[in-house]
Formats: sequence, C-alpha cells, structure tokens
Amino acid sequence: MTGRRVNNRLTYLTLTAVAFFFTIPLYYSIVVASRDNASLASVPPPLFPGGNFFENVSRVFDTVPFGLAMLNSVFVAGSISISVMFFSTLAGFAFAKLRFRGRNILLLMTVGTMMVPTLAGIIPLYILMVKLEWVGSLYAVVVPALVNAFGVFFMTQYLSRALPTELLEAGRVDGCTTWGLVWHVVFPAARPAAAVLGMLTFMTAWNDYMWPLMVLTPENPTVQVALSTLAAGYVNDYVMGLAGTALGTLPLVIVFAFLGKHIIGGIMQGAVKG
Amino acid sequence: MATRAPERAAPPRRPGGKRRLTGRHWRHMVDVKASPYAYVAPFFLLFCAFGLFPIGYTLWVSLHEWTLLDDEHTFVGLENFRVLLADSYFWNATFNTLSIGLLSMLPQLLLALWLAHLLNRPLRAQNFFRITLLLPNVTSVVAVVVIFSQIFGRDFGLINWVITSFGFEGVAWRDGTLSSHVAISTMIMWRWTGYNALILLAAMQAVPRELYEAATIDGASSFTQLRKVTVPMIRPTIAFVVITSTIGSMQIFAEPLLFGAYTLTGGQDRQYQTLSLFFYENYMRLDFGFSSAISWMIFVFILIIAGINYLLTNRMKGSIR
Repeated sequence: MTGRRVNNRLTYLTLTAVAFFFTIPLYYSIVVASRDNASLASVPPPLFPGGNFFENVSRVFDTVPFGLAMLNSVFVAGSISISVMFFSTLAGFAFAKLRFRGRNILLLMTVGTMMVPTLAGIIPLYILMVKLEWVGSLYAVVVPALVNAFGVFFMTQYLSRALPTELLEAGRVDGCTTWGLVWHVVFPAARPAAAVLGMLTFMTAWNDYMWPLMVLTPENPTVQVALSTLAAGYVNDYVMGLAGTALGTLPLVIVFAFLGKHIIGGIMQGAVKG
Repeated sequence: MATRAPERAAPPRRPGGKRRLTGRHWRHMVDVKASPYAYVAPFFLLFCAFGLFPIGYTLWVSLHEWTLLDDEHTFVGLENFRVLLADSYFWNATFNTLSIGLLSMLPQLLLALWLAHLLNRPLRAQNFFRITLLLPNVTSVVAVVVIFSQIFGRDFGLINWVITSFGFEGVAWRDGTLSSHVAISTMIMWRWTGYNALILLAAMQAVPRELYEAATIDGASSFTQLRKVTVPMIRPTIAFVVITSTIGSMQIFAEPLLFGAYTLTGGQDRQYQTLSLFFYENYMRLDFGFSSAISWMIFVFILIIAGINYLLTNRMKGSIR
C-alpha cells in the first residue's frame, strides 16, 4: 500500500517536472518579449517579465503589417475550417452510410494519399497559382486547402460509429430525401466531431508556414509569414522578434487552454481508429 | 430500369395516383443512386485539382528543363535526376535530414512511451497534464524556432548561461554539425513529444485491463508491464507514430531556415541544411525541373523508410509470437 503511494507521488513529481519543461520556453519567450535588448546581456539573464512589452509590440506594428497579418490569418484559417467541416461531413456521410459504385476504391484513394508529403505536389501547385494569377493573394492559400483527405477520413470514421443506420432508415420511411436526412439527421449527429475537426484544422491553417511563404508577399502576409520577416530581418532585435511571436501565438494558446479537452479527445479518437 | 422497379415497389395503399407515384419513385431512385456522388463530388473535384493532379504533375515537370521565366520547357528525360544524384550538396542534405531525424525520433519515442505509461492510470489533474503536453504543438513552428534560437543563443542564451555557470565553456550551437543538429532536434522533440504521447496513450487505454491485473498478480513491476504487456499490444500504433514522424522529419524546413536567420544554405558550411531546405533553395532559383526532382526523391526516401518500417514491425511480430 505504501509502496503504491510512493509510486504515485513519483508519478506526480515526474509529470510536474515534464509540464515545467514543456511550458518554460513559452514563459521565457514572454520574459524576453517584455524586456529591452540591453537587459538580455546581464548575468544572470532576466528570469521574470519586465515592463517593455507594449513598447516592443508597437515596434512590431511599425516594422511589419502585423494587424493586416492577424486579419488575414483569421480569415484564412476561419474559411478553411468552415469549408473542411462542411465538405468532410458530406463526403464522410456518403462513405460511411450510403451505397454506391466505386465507394471502396474512392475511400482507399483518399486514405492512401494521406501519407503523401505535401512537398510532393508543391511545384505544380505553384505553377497553377501563377497561371491563375493568384500569387500574392489569399486565394492561393485558401483554395487549395478547402478540402483535405484527413478530414474526410476523420468524419467517415466518426459517422460510421456515431450515426445509427436505423435512424436513417426511419427517416427514409417517413419520406425524407437524402438531402433531408443530411439536414435533419446527419448534421446534428456530426456536430461534436465536426467541431473537433474544425479546431484542428484552424490550428493547422493558422500555423502553416512553407506554402504561405512561397505564395504570399511580405506586404500581404499571414501571421507566420510576418513573423518570419521579423525573425529574418531583425536578427539581433530579440525582444521585438519575441514580442511578435508572443502576439501571434498567445491567442491560439489561450483558446487551446480552454478548449483543449475536446481537441485532445478528438486527436486520441482519431488515433485509435487510424 | 427506373420505370419498372418503382411499379413493383409501389405501396398498394395509395392507388389512384399512379403517375404521381411513378414520378415520385423515379425521383427517389435518382436520389438514392446519384446523390452519393453529389456528396463526394465537391471534395473530389477540389482534391483532384489541388491534391492529386499536382503530385503526378511533379514527375512530369522533373523530366524537363523548366524555369518559371521560360515559356519553353525542353524534355530532358532523367537528366535532372542524374545531376541531382551526383550533387554532393544533395547527399549532404540527406545526411543532415537523417541525422536530425534519428536524433529527434529515438528519444522522442521513448519519452512519449514513458509519458503515456505514466498518464495511463487514474490520476488527479489528468486534463491539466494532457493540455500542457499538447501546448508546444499548438505553438507555431516559426514561434518555436524564434524562441529556441534565443535559448540556444551563443552569447545571451539560456542554455549557455546554465553551462557556463557550471564552469564549462559555452557552445556555439549553430557552428558545429552535431551541435546544430542537437539544437534543431530539441525543437522538434519539444513540439512533438506530447502529441505522440497522447496518441500512444489513446492506444494504451484500449488494452484490456485484465492483462494488467493478471500481470500485477504475477508480481510484474510497472516497468515490466510496460515492456511485456503494453508495447506488444500497441505495436500498430507505435508503427503509426514512427511512420508519421518519419514523414514529418523528412520535411523539416522552418527549423533550419529560421535557426540560420533565413539563410537558404543552412549554415556557412551547409552543416544543417535539410532536404526540404535544399529543395527551397533551388525553388528560389526558379529551377522548377530540378526542385521537382528533389521533391520526388524525398517522396522515394519516405516510401523506402516506410517499407523498412513495415518489414521490421512484421519481423518483430513474427519473433514474439
């Protein structure tokens, strides 16, 4: 009995230590972001936040179009998540519950491409954007991301478990068309998983870096592109770089801290089935 | 086909409305037969245009001398691949990618397994620990690199301060091959260990409780249970984690780019240029044929590693049973 209790204490102690190491870099970024560059050189380095945060932030806004970048990122990530939620639910419903010729082969194709790296198609995608004259515009970031294989796979898995076939049959007997079923039965049933998918997609889109860097310009950036402009051009201005980082990261981290339970549930569910 | 079947299927309780019934049933047939395609079509149209088509077209571009500025694209066969395989920078980038991949993946997997094992028991504040595990993953790569570049700084970095306060000499992390690989691997580990731990934890929770009860009665320690019960039971998920981390590590891009303050070569001596960064360097030269060949080689490497991983997992399964 006592052995077990000691064991449990050890577990809590270890997990707390790990939690400490997982949060310390974020904490330290706030420390640096709220100091001035001169104080970083002191020994020992500053370990607590100072009072320069807002001054550093205003320099960020003077250096890169950070307000525009925030708006762009909210627009990009928002529209991508809504679209992925909608189209994945439709396709996931068809794959999970409807019978049609070619269903298995189409599903297999979708799952198979989940393992293909994004890099494999990125050059033709760029050529396509040049042809469409979308380089530099947000279309180039939003349109290719409107659907993805993971979303369809995720919703197919969820709906085949969570949507009772009897309910669909009952709806059919009552004279519902398929669209009626989608509207009255599928969408309400899909809501919990779609919400998780939406949050995951929002995070991925918000943090996406390589593709926006390739097709957007520093004048019309997303948050990540603006941050990399800061990191690239002002190498020795640590406090400004980290003030921008804190500003671009903290909203998402705070939202996550509140909704994290659901997102984690979604990741873990997807994993067991995958 | 649509006219006969509804007649037979028509419910007899509504006689009289034969024409209406046929029309209704015809519509019903169309609904049942065709509407599934309508639901998958938007996904597939967009997916083919922006997902599948580009992947295939990459191969086509890689067989040409193709730059953005020329309208003429000369077919050169496998010339781009021949030049690529003879390019020492390519093999240097391959070495760096594998080295960083191994340095980050092995400790990461062990740590993730151990963390998942610790979390796989009734604990208070379970959600708090899970959320802190995933916090680094919510942080964007760009932010991670900016933060860690400061922490790994030569003069004012936190880590060098700790090292020097123990009386050792500070490390110029960016300058050496091994030291820069360690720094970059640390960033990757910090961002992904918690995520992988949660995926492994999900699989562990599906392992039947009785197995652990039986092991406890037999006097197996917690560590023995992890080794003898948990790991064999969740092997498919471990394979999944290894494969996805492999795909991820073949595409490491932001870390070397921003750690080197946006230099495309990854250090003066290319000591930490990865394959993705090598790709990006050639893309920036607008040499699309050559960079397409690079992205295909990355794809091939992933297939090879996935194949090896598949064989090893099967082998292990065979030897244990």
